[in-house]
Formats: sequence, C-alpha cells, structure tokens
Amino acid sequence: MEFKRVNLLAGHYGSGKTNIAVNMALEMRRRFERVAVADLDIVNPYFRTKDSAAELESAGIRMISSEYANSNVDVPAMAPENYAIVDDRSLHAVVDVGGDDRGALALGRYSPALREENDYEMYFVANFYRPLTRTPAQALEVMREIETAGGLAFTAIIDNSNLGAETTPEDIAAAFPLARELARLSGLPLAAVSVRKDLADAAAAVVAADEVEVFPIDLYYKREWAVWNT
Amino acid sequence: MSEKVLMKGNEALAEAALMAGCRHYLGYPITPQTEVAAYMAKRMPQVGGVFLQAESEIAAINMVIGVSSAGKRAMTSSSSPGISLKSEGLSYLAGCDLPALVVNVQRGGPGLGGIQPSQSDYFEATRGAGHGDFRMIVLAPASVQEMASLTIKGFELADKYRMTSMILADGVLGQMMEPVSLDFGEIKTFDKPWALTGTGGKRKPNIVNSLYMDPAELEQLNFERYARYQSVCENEVMIEEYMMEDAEICVVAYGAVARVSKNAINEARARGVKVGMIRPITLWPFPKAALRAAAERVRAFVTVELSMGQMVDDVELATRCMRPVLLCNRTGGMIPAPEEVLAKIFEADSIGGAK
Repeated sequence: MEFKRVNLLAGHYGSGKTNIAVNMALEMRRRFERVAVADLDIVNPYFRTKDSAAELESAGIRMISSEYANSNVDVPAMAPENYAIVDDRSLHAVVDVGGDDRGALALGRYSPALREENDYEMYFVANFYRPLTRTPAQALEVMREIETAGGLAFTAIIDNSNLGAETTPEDIAAAFPLARELARLSGLPLAAVSVRKDLADAAAAVVAADEVEVFPIDLYYKREWAVWNT
Repeated sequence: MSEKVLMKGNEALAEAALMAGCRHYLGYPITPQTEVAAYMAKRMPQVGGVFLQAESEIAAINMVIGVSSAGKRAMTSSSSPGISLKSEGLSYLAGCDLPALVVNVQRGGPGLGGIQPSQSDYFEATRGAGHGDFRMIVLAPASVQEMASLTIKGFELADKYRMTSMILADGVLGQMMEPVSLDFGEIKTFDKPWALTGTGGKRKPNIVNSLYMDPAELEQLNFERYARYQSVCENEVMIEEYMMEDAEICVVAYGAVARVSKNAINEARARGVKVGMIRPITLWPFPKAALRAAAERVRAFVTVELSMGQMVDDVELATRCMRPVLLCNRTGGMIPAPEEVLAKIFEADSIGGAK
C-alpha cells in the first residue's frame, strides 16, 4: 500500500479498524523512521489499539491513547498528545477513529488541520458480514454519517469482510463484489482487501482480475477468550 | 454470501429480540451492554418500534411494566449496578404476573465495581432480585449464538409462564464477536387474555396490580404462583453435558467460563483425567436432577465462576454434599486461564477419594 503522512481508519462499529490500524502502523514502520498510532476511540472501552501497545512499542512505534483507555474509568477521554499528529509533520501516523458517526465525532477537532495540510488518506473499513452494513447502500449511509460527524471526507475503501475465525475464501469472494459496488457508488478507489495472513493467497485469486491490493494482516487479540471454542 | 453475520453478543441479543416481536425497548446505557441500546436505537425506527432511553434505570423498568400490561413483548437491559436499580420493578413485575425480558450483562462489583466481565450477580438473579416471594427464569448464554437463541426462548417462556426471563450474560459475551445464524424457525406467541387492551364495552376490565388488602388472598396468590414456578422447574431445565459419559470429575460452569473450562477439560482428558462438564443453561430452574444423578457417578465436582463462589452453593445443595465440591474462581473482572481450571481439576482428581 502507498501511505500518506496521516492515514485514518473509520467505519462501522466492529468492522475491524483497530486490527488494521496496528498492522498498518507496523507496515509503515518498515518504511518510515517516526511512526505513531493515535487512538481516537471514545466509544468502545473494551477493544482498543492500546491492547497492542506492547507490539507497537517494541517495533518503535509511538502509541498515543487516553491514559484511561483499558482502565475501569469508562469516560470518553482523549489524549492531549493527539495534536502531535497534526502539529508534527515529520511524523507518519495511523489514526484509529471510533466506530460509526458517534465515534467519528472526536475527529472533528483535527479535521481542519488535516484538510489544510492535505496529505492524508481517510479509509472506510467495510465488513459486509456485519449486520448493519450488509449491502453497499447501507455501508454508503454509514460513510455519509461518519463524514458528517467527523468533518472529513473518505478518500478510499478497505474491504475487510470477514466472519471472524470461520472466514473462508468463499466468504471473501462473495463479499468482494459488494466492496466494488460501494466503490462505484461512492466514487472512491477500493484501496485494498484486508484478510488474515493465511487467507492472503485465496484473496489474491479473488481480486486477480481487478487492480486491487491484498493487505494481509495478523490478528491481535487482547484476550484469549476471543478465540476460545464454544 | 454466507447466511451468517458477524455480531457482538449485545447486537445478536438485540436483533433476536426484534425477531421475537419485541417492539418496545426501554433502557439506559451502561458498559458493557451499551451496544444493546445503540443497536435498538438504530433498528427500532426501521421496524416501527419504540426505542426509548429513559431518564434512569428505574424509569425504564417501570415502562416495561406498562408495556407488558398492555400485552406487548417488552424488554430492558443493563449491567450489574443498573440491575440493582431495577430491583423494585422486578418485584412489581412478579407481583403483577407480567412477562418481561430483562438482560444483565454483568460487570465486576460490588458497588460501581468495574467494566470488565463478572458473574457475581448469580445470587441476585437466582435468589434476591427484589423483595417478596418470587422467581425469575434465568438463562445463561455461553456464545454469541446463544445470546440470540436464548433471547427468543426468554420471550417465549416469559409469556408462557407470565414471568420475567432474565438473560444473565457477562462482559465477555456482550462484547465478543462471533458468526451468528439468525434463523430461529417459528417463534411461539401466547394469548394474553389478561392484558389491558380496552374492553370495547364487551367484557369486564382487566386489572394489573400487586396490592392486596386481604392477607389470605395474597397468600393464596403466592401459593398459586409457586405452583406455576413448580411447573417451570419440571419442564424447562436446560443443560449441556460435555464428555460426561465416563467422567469421574464433573466441572460445573456456565456462561463465558464454560468456554474456558472446555479448553481445560480437553487438556485434562489428553493427560488421562476422566473429566466432563455439566453446563447449566437455566440457572433458575437449576439442573438439580442432572447434578444429583452425576453425584452417583463422579468422585468430585469443580465449579468455575467469575465470583467469590455463588453457584457452588447450589451445586452442594443439588448433590446433597455427597461429593467434594471445589471452587475455581476469579473476580473483579478477571478471568481464569484454562491452566487455572486445569490445576483445580487435578486437585479434584487427587482428593476425590474412592467412588
């Protein structure tokens, strides 16, 4: 993937933004000296970029998150250091925006500076297996709600359609046309299909006919219970 | 496209409630169940229902009483501290013999506690949800799929027995994401001749009330109510048995820690310990008969709980203390690793004594 200076990930609640943010930061660190991840999530107190703080920091990536993230203090707090993302233009950054329009509200205070500098990519992360974004039209509605709340327009789409641990190559293939249709409806490029690393070859076969990149990702889970058997 | 969708437990529960015909959600946000309210806020207007964020938990449960009195399927949801606030309303629902679905996605306590998962409201749900003699049907899901399916079941049982069904989940189940199939077949509905739907001048008014001037009348009503509860005990117990055929040690666990326990049981089996699990799906009615029968066959029990030990009392009662009952527990929002459960299984295996 080509990266702008600031790369923002927004989308429907639970679409996979945080995992992509961590993987994207690790990939960017291979190319750039100074990389930061900013956690703007004011909605979800359970799953956050800070869960991966150890991996990020050991890779030399700066983690910016509220001091209350992952604590029992359940308040929608943001870190003052978030301003480094817009003030320090020698920094490359990934911004993990909270889910839906409610989560994107927090983006509003940084949007004017991001627009003025104009060196950002704002990705819409789509998972067409999420119940409220089953169709391109529903996803487009969520896109518009987020843009209104965050004061920033999307510039690209990442198709992250998955069914968790049960995801099959067929699931990826079935969702891909929906992502293409969302790209057509919104007029935005489909920048990548992100998949678990073991599904990368299958995804490559799905997107072969299109000029779409596959972005293989590792999954970072805070807790073992997220992957335990039933 | 796969028929399945990837949902959080809280979302699956909310969608299932809509499928069960619930068109009235009255609630108040609290972590870790806020997604129920957020999902309902989005979906209720789409299906012509009512999403109402009440001014408090107490207001919400009283609105449930109102909706249920009118014969409609009503629900509210909260997490531990919010359920305490609903306590009075739960008692009134019972006193009025009104069906309702109440969801508790438990978090660590007591007091404001924390936002991480817990099962320490077991006593409250199975014993003391409010003042007076009453019971609630308490359903304990262990997967996102069951968050949905037991919500349907909860509405059906509530209407059938004119009782409150409580979904007793925890932060793990509310927050985790799993693929879900939302095909539940035919959903049962029940006539409600007692409902306040207007007489049309054709019948005497129905009355929904929990105040009785005559103590003898109140006593008689309590006797009749408990006869109905007895019927629930005889007909509605649900369990899952896992590797119990030849088990010498029986793990008893529900909800999220039943998943941890399965991993521990698989590992113990690999190391030659004959261990199985009885997972109560109904916490009330409690699966007394299954546990009493197991006590004839196993050497010891291990209960695994996210509390200081609450269900362990019911296991001892159900088994008449015939076998040792060991407790493996974490609390305050902490969750045991499979290794901790495994260690307790080994301990039970060593002290279990002769059969």
